[in-house]
Amino acid sequence: MSEVLAAAPASKTSPKRPKRGSGKGDAVFALIAKGSGLLVLVLLGAIIVTLFVGGLPAFREFGANFLVNTDWDPPHDIYGGAVAIYGTLITSVIALVLSVPISFGIAIFLTELAPSWLRRPVGTAVELLAAVPSIIFGMWGFAVLVPFMATYVEPPLIDNFGDLPVIGDLFSGAPFGTGIFTASIVLAIMIIPFISATMRDVFLTVPAVYKESAYGLGSTTWEVMRSIVLPYTRVSVVGGVMLGLGRALGETMAVTFVIGNANRITPSLFGPGNTIASIVALVFPESPAGSLKLSSLLALGFILFVISFIVLALSRLLLRPGVRA
Amino acid sequence: MKYTTLLLASAALICGAGVVEPAAAQQITGAGATFPAPVYTKWGEAAKSAIGVELNYQAIGSGGGQNQIMNRTVDFGASDAPVDAAKLASNNLVQFPMVMGAVVPIVNLPGIEADQLKLTGDVLADIYEGKITKWNDPKIEALNQGLKLPSIAIAPVYRADASGTSYVFTSYLSAVSPSWKSSVGASTSVKWPVGNGARGNDGVAGSVKQVRGGIGYVENAYASQNHLATTELKNKDGEFVKPTMESFQAAASNADWKDAKDYAVSLIDQPGKTSWPIVSATFLLLPKDAKDPAREQLVLKWVNWDYEHGDQIATQLEYVPLPAAVKDMVRATWKQQLAYK
Repeated sequence: MSEVLAAAPASKTSPKRPKRGSGKGDAVFALIAKGSGLLVLVLLGAIIVTLFVGGLPAFREFGANFLVNTDWDPPHDIYGGAVAIYGTLITSVIALVLSVPISFGIAIFLTELAPSWLRRPVGTAVELLAAVPSIIFGMWGFAVLVPFMATYVEPPLIDNFGDLPVIGDLFSGAPFGTGIFTASIVLAIMIIPFISATMRDVFLTVPAVYKESAYGLGSTTWEVMRSIVLPYTRVSVVGGVMLGLGRALGETMAVTFVIGNANRITPSLFGPGNTIASIVALVFPESPAGSLKLSSLLALGFILFVISFIVLALSRLLLRPGVRA
Repeated sequence: MKYTTLLLASAALICGAGVVEPAAAQQITGAGATFPAPVYTKWGEAAKSAIGVELNYQAIGSGGGQNQIMNRTVDFGASDAPVDAAKLASNNLVQFPMVMGAVVPIVNLPGIEADQLKLTGDVLADIYEGKITKWNDPKIEALNQGLKLPSIAIAPVYRADASGTSYVFTSYLSAVSPSWKSSVGASTSVKWPVGNGARGNDGVAGSVKQVRGGIGYVENAYASQNHLATTELKNKDGEFVKPTMESFQAAASNADWKDAKDYAVSLIDQPGKTSWPIVSATFLLLPKDAKDPAREQLVLKWVNWDYEHGDQIATQLEYVPLPAAVKDMVRATWKQQLAYK
């Protein structure tokens, strides 16, 4: 036995090992793959650097005051980002308040209540909502939602609640139809598909044995959702909500059409405002290169990037594997 | 085999389509003011069939028009706000007028018809400053004895984008209201104290149309095209005038073109019993150092055609054409500065 083994390596007639592909092809592919990964990082870095460098004149000119100054005064070259930042945050928050309960309802319906033949169509319909281009939402909002708000919703609310002592301020002003509230409604409709899809997927991962035990003990559907499903999926649900929030923060064209484009902070829900995305969309075409106005817009873009980054980082933190209720 | 024949056939089709080209019209591109957009569009259509020059005009506002021509991304820029001499020189631009038009206030009040409501310049300024907030305010009622004004909030609409129409309107408000002049001023883009913004003249018209109690300012063509109620204004001579072609022409006849630097006349608040107080010329901006001189000559060919044959189209849309003498002055400027033949 050992003679055969000892003789084998020296023999020239031993079978050749089949070549497992040329080494060059592997190397090229590895290079392309690494290059693509690097390209994404470089692009991201380039965007951040461009925004920051472009916004530097504004930051230098206005300092930290840029974040809290509500003045947007082109003739005197004074620009403050507070109105845009406030508008971005408040429309996103109201959009979340409106969309999270509805998304939750859609997810419960699709996982627990709907008959099985209805689940597919409704699920597809909700996902199709996500495929609608955002400018179509903007045009629909301006052509359909704004007149509806201006004719049927705002006048009665303003007439009846506008003069009340504490909450009257929320309903004051003229019934323009456009404004913070209408923009929030449009945003809510746009982010419902994302949040409800995440919720539905994560509700389906709850082990059936938990739910069946609860039903067996006599729980109602609501008690099962509240005490079994939600605590089990709590972290992922919050992660999905953060995803929707990230989309709402950056939405441009849909908001520009319906927000009223005013550089003021008003206490009224129906008052006009601006978000970072909408003020950039509006003012960019008329900002001469190298001007303080353009630099302020780039600075606002950088601030939006920072806000989105914080939101996404938070959602990643909450969605990391191994963190369960 | 079938696949390759299909491939060859489609390739042949594409090449064939490329060879047989219809005689394409020569294109010129422009961007800027929404103020003259209705008349430029009509002129563009007429010129296409008459002289084969096709106009591609983007109405993005005077500020956008100025910016684009300074960046040389279009063949010409259109602006109602005249560019000052220093900026024209530093950007190597030539400015000349095309046509004159009027800015009219529009309102959306239940029960109020066109040209029924009377307003004055300082009441308008107070409305846009937020000093007058309800339609049945004593100041408005004093001007409109006998008209039943509802007790609803005034909803002012202004131009959100940098607009020549805003420049004209705020120039008028600055001329008639010292408080407006000191607190807000006149520019294409000001710090509006109250109200909502809309994009373009058409955006303002659309906004006012759907807000109960809305008031806005648009170029006259947008008011008539959208069937919006215009108001009467008190002019310099103290008369209340309706926004009609005659009142626009009365104001325009006062223009002193010879003494205006770069043709930047002001037609705001002109004297005359029948003059409309908010009239303005609208300008075209062309580069002295055009990248494509042949295209620039095409633009001048189009403008010359508009001067010679476009007056009827303009008056139909209630714009005031330039006097013949001014057109000759402009042609001389082209010969001098733009190598026009």
